[in-house]
Amino acid sequence: MRLTFPHMGLLSIPVETLINGLGHEAVVAPPTNKRTFELGAQFSPEAACLPFKVNLGNFIEALEQGAEGILAAGGTGPCRFGYYAQIQQQILHDLGYKFQLLLLDPPKGRTRELYRALKILLKYRRPDQVVRLVNLAWRKAQWLDRGNKLFRYFLPRSKDQGAAGRCYEEFLAKVRREPLSGQLPLHYRDLSTKLETLATGSSAETILRVKIIGEIYMVLEPRVNFHLETVLGRMGVEVVRPLSISQWVEEHLLGVFFPGHKQRTILLSEPFLPSFVGGHGRETIAELVDAGVNRLDGVIQVLPFTCMPEIVAQSITPEVSKVYGIPVLTLVIDEHSGEVGMMTRLEAFVDLMRRKKAMMREVSN
Amino acid sequence: MNRNELFFGVDVGSVSTNLVAMEPTGQVVKKVYLRTEGNPVAAVQKIFTQLGREFAKAKVLGVGVTGSGRQLIGAILGADVVKNEITAHGVAALQAEPKVRTVVEIGGQDSKIIILRDGVAVDFGMNTVCAAGTGSFLDQQANRLNLPVSELGTLALRARHPVRIAGRCSVFAESEMIHKQQMGHRLEDIVAGLCAALVRNYLNNVAKGKEIQPPVLFQGGVAANAGIKKAFEDELGFPVIVPQYYDVMGAWGAALIAREEQVNYQKTSFRGLKFCEEEIKISSFECPDCANRCEVITVMVAGAKISGWGDRCGKWQRINTEATG
Repeated sequence: MRLTFPHMGLLSIPVETLINGLGHEAVVAPPTNKRTFELGAQFSPEAACLPFKVNLGNFIEALEQGAEGILAAGGTGPCRFGYYAQIQQQILHDLGYKFQLLLLDPPKGRTRELYRALKILLKYRRPDQVVRLVNLAWRKAQWLDRGNKLFRYFLPRSKDQGAAGRCYEEFLAKVRREPLSGQLPLHYRDLSTKLETLATGSSAETILRVKIIGEIYMVLEPRVNFHLETVLGRMGVEVVRPLSISQWVEEHLLGVFFPGHKQRTILLSEPFLPSFVGGHGRETIAELVDAGVNRLDGVIQVLPFTCMPEIVAQSITPEVSKVYGIPVLTLVIDEHSGEVGMMTRLEAFVDLMRRKKAMMREVSN
Repeated sequence: MNRNELFFGVDVGSVSTNLVAMEPTGQVVKKVYLRTEGNPVAAVQKIFTQLGREFAKAKVLGVGVTGSGRQLIGAILGADVVKNEITAHGVAALQAEPKVRTVVEIGGQDSKIIILRDGVAVDFGMNTVCAAGTGSFLDQQANRLNLPVSELGTLALRARHPVRIAGRCSVFAESEMIHKQQMGHRLEDIVAGLCAALVRNYLNNVAKGKEIQPPVLFQGGVAANAGIKKAFEDELGFPVIVPQYYDVMGAWGAALIAREEQVNYQKTSFRGLKFCEEEIKISSFECPDCANRCEVITVMVAGAKISGWGDRCGKWQRINTEATG
């Protein structure tokens, strides 16, 4: 089947590998662009959040390219994402598109839909082939996240930031094409060598370390957050980001093997938010506490307009910010958000952290 | 007084364009407040033409630009520092009142709050999804009521029974004002109600979750409105200070930052007053080369490219640099 799926940061690379390897054909939607926003906003309920609208736009653009099926994830928590796939399916049907929805609902929900989706997905391959393929896709996700982390570290420290960006793009392209999981570390090493030669010896004092937290889609998708990480990197900020595709898989799909993620979240958020509020609300608070304890220079929370779990977290951030003396900037984004206003806030936030850091240095001298 | 050495600060906002000429001591020697009227380049040219005569002999040490039009005007002027308006307002507030702990700034289309502790900004907020309660809304309403906007404040102070107006959305606020007028409420009561609604909206929206502690500085064009100032004082329960240069604080801040960063640029790159007579053309196009579809801006002065921006990949900026050397 010609299958498409929603974009989210680097997700398209491992998912494309997986779909093609399983004997289907991946139809990767065009990278999220202005038309995606327009299509999504036009056919979505006004109060739905931006990820809903952008994903709907992705689906329409992929269906136009001949996709016959949509692979989507579900959820069971208080976040509205849990029923997004069904509503999107309804909207697309009303628009006259013919396609099948393969819904990967977490096993906590009803398993019948998951079973049906898996049966269609896996029908061309033997179990041992599937295991090898899943392993390849999983390794790709892991090495991509490692490469991304490396890039975030080196970008503010690069002599030629344009060249650093091109090295990183090249790394992504190589990982995307790579059929052997054993080769992935070599691409990573290659990226590392190149970025190191571009690095300046600038002192650690001038680099700010800022953590990005919030709703996972808005955090991971540069095309909806105005390329937040690259913009900050170019301003001399090293972006620390705990959320990633591989971290999400470890916590939500392989939670049995990686219980640490959840325990850490609960432990850190407990004093400020002792209950589950859906989405990444709790993670947001936990990571903010972590940033405060580890004395990062600041934290940026990103959320789509009308996101319930993050609004709960947002109302708690001033308290945490006060306790740890850490500056927090909250960015609320929807399809009406302008890049200019965003840049003004980011610049001002970076200035604020710089001035604070300079003053602290003066005091300690 | 030695007026031979100066710093210029320019604040190019949505509603007004302001300029401050500042001595190296930080003292303002001249301020100009002008309506932008949708054409920032013409506004800045006009201001500098006026100033040209007065400061023809002065030596310009540095130029700072801020406001929403900062990038464009910065390129045309050859500014040494291009800074966001939040930092600029914070710096100017500290110069005006070193003990300031809160800055309330209401401008043409945005409003901000800056929280300072021990002389350093620790937090700020800016209106996000809505522009209700900013200067341009007051402008519109004054227009509708056939009053000069400068008189709204004095009128509000005469109110005896301010009416309650929902200020969450400017469109709804307007319908409610019309409704109250048709009910027969007095104009000053309605205007006072409007001021109170703006202040409530500001406190519940921009200042949400921020701790407002005195001394509070109230700056930006709207600070001229005594009705809003009083409404703030009523809500907060302590006096609010409107600094002497409240309407040009952004420009002053830009000049102060230009002075502060002088060590980094040494000699100013200010292109001089000649730009007032130059023909300045700005064009934009959507780059079709990738999915980003960036809107690329190119600035031409007297037929030559001097700057451009807007492209994420840096390609057009590179081409521009090559064109200008």
